Amino acid sequence: MTHWVIAPILLPMFLGCLLLLPLSLRAKRVLLMLGVVALIPLSVALLQSTLSDEIRVYALGGWAPPFGISLVLDRLSALMLTLVSVLASFAALYAVRGDDEIGLNFHALFAFQLMGLNGAFLTGDLFNLFVFFEILLIASYALLLHGVGVLRVRAGTHYVLLNLVGSTIFLLGLGVLYGTAGTLNMADLSMKVASATPDQQPLLAAGAMLLLVLFGLKAAMLPMYFWLPKAYVSATAPVATLFAIMTKLGLYGILRVFTLIFGSTAGALADMAVPLLWPVALFTIALGVVGAVAAPTLKTLIAYLVVVSAGTLHAAAAIGTVEAIAAGLYYLVHSTLAAGAFFLLADLIARERGEKRTRLITGPPLRHPGLFGAMFFVAAASIAGLPPLSGFLGKVSVLFSAAPGWQRGLLWSVLLIGGVGILTALSRAGSTLIWRTKDKQPTSVPMDNIRFAAAVGLLLCSPLLVVFAQPIFSFLHDTSTQLLDVERYHHLMHALGGAQ
Amino acid sequence: MEVIFSLTLGIVASAGVYLVLQARTFSIVLGLTLLSYATNLFLFSVGRLEGDAAVYGTSENLADPLPQALVLTAIVISFAMTSFVVVLALRSVGESGSDHVDGLPDEKKRAK
Repeated sequence: MTHWVIAPILLPMFLGCLLLLPLSLRAKRVLLMLGVVALIPLSVALLQSTLSDEIRVYALGGWAPPFGISLVLDRLSALMLTLVSVLASFAALYAVRGDDEIGLNFHALFAFQLMGLNGAFLTGDLFNLFVFFEILLIASYALLLHGVGVLRVRAGTHYVLLNLVGSTIFLLGLGVLYGTAGTLNMADLSMKVASATPDQQPLLAAGAMLLLVLFGLKAAMLPMYFWLPKAYVSATAPVATLFAIMTKLGLYGILRVFTLIFGSTAGALADMAVPLLWPVALFTIALGVVGAVAAPTLKTLIAYLVVVSAGTLHAAAAIGTVEAIAAGLYYLVHSTLAAGAFFLLADLIARERGEKRTRLITGPPLRHPGLFGAMFFVAAASIAGLPPLSGFLGKVSVLFSAAPGWQRGLLWSVLLIGGVGILTALSRAGSTLIWRTKDKQPTSVPMDNIRFAAAVGLLLCSPLLVVFAQPIFSFLHDTSTQLLDVERYHHLMHALGGAQ
Repeated sequence: MEVIFSLTLGIVASAGVYLVLQARTFSIVLGLTLLSYATNLFLFSVGRLEGDAAVYGTSENLADPLPQALVLTAIVISFAMTSFVVVLALRSVGESGSDHVDGLPDEKKRAK
């Protein structure tokens, strides 16, 4: 059972290599689906093994940490792995109905992207995190540019250049941290930071801030989210769906680094990101709502909703209590799945509107106005946070986790007023797309049932999250307790003989 | 040694930042290359500038070999990324007829 920890990285890696072979399109599709769906039982099994409050460390090549590279499987990483596998399965199911044909090597790139994501969530080493970031980024560049079009190339250029600058910042931050602390293993670094001398602290703080900038760039934090709407809008629907997890990756980085390394145990540097995260989170929500209200297309609207959800998650991370992080993780799972489902639904609608795509203007009537109307209603209610769907539970628990006083006042006003803006934007979008039609004949393109099933399946995750809210919340509560219990990671290092 | 090294780093990095802030993909690619040079040199210096080659038993004052391994990884990655971004920039020129990052047509051409 020990070696299963690395399986979520190896499976997509070998799958990707296999898919590079000149196989027939059909064989590639079957292989990709089998491989991606196989990740679900794998990650669920890993998730189950973390229920006993065990943190599993997998030392690659048997080199004990901190000298070797180690993978760490705790509740948070297992949760993220499961989320990736579920989201990717639906995205792949949607993609194999035609979106994979418009360029080369879609299947292999998809697998490599999953390898990077799983690796980033599993690794216990900051430099390794950088390497997996690069793997998933280069796959995501190619996936984003998949197919043709001036718009896609333009948005892709921005995305690629920004991320290259981001990688440089990441490396500089790692250099500062290694030069000061002499290690890049997260748990070991945490101990070194805890016992840092006063003249080391400014350097460590500088390194931490560089990492915060990088993770903020990935997580669509306030001054650095401008790439996101363009990139998501120009990507094909399954790719946009898969990208819904990418902003969450940045947030995962923030959670890891600023709880484990610069969290409660960091002495003078304890919780150093919190005063910055607060204003950034609130302004990200506010500007995301403005963007959503002003969005000219449904896809842009959804992209801005991703920004809003990122802001909400930053707020939860800034509050930083066990309840807040548990609530934030619930919201994270919900918003990833809901945004993914919404992107697929938007693409289904676009296919029936001919040239108008998802632009919010009067267009030809849909072939299935009732069906899509109902789906749009569910997706909108879920993502806007209306009861009884998962967005409501997530939002309410984030709201109530804020400490009474200025925290609660600020967060409630921004998030609730923002909620009104989101509702306005979504109801305008829905009524334009579904009701405000010119009386022309609907387009004669038949709807693809498998695409439809993928969208519905992902959409159904929202009610499921509500039905199973009690066990999910108790698991997430344990997850955030474990995450905030930094001493456990230190003991783990001592037990492995790593503390020097 | 430290002064020369840090001055070199500063000049290379600031030239890189200046070039990255330009609106043409060609200068941005050059700027990114310079920035990655500066980063690699910086990572290299993290293992201390003094010290002998890290061969066990040859010296009392060994340099830290790990940053060199980090730099090697970083060089490989930045090389791959640079080649990717060059191809992307070429494609962008091919599709939009301009090397502006926003794909705007050339002002001279527009004037004609």
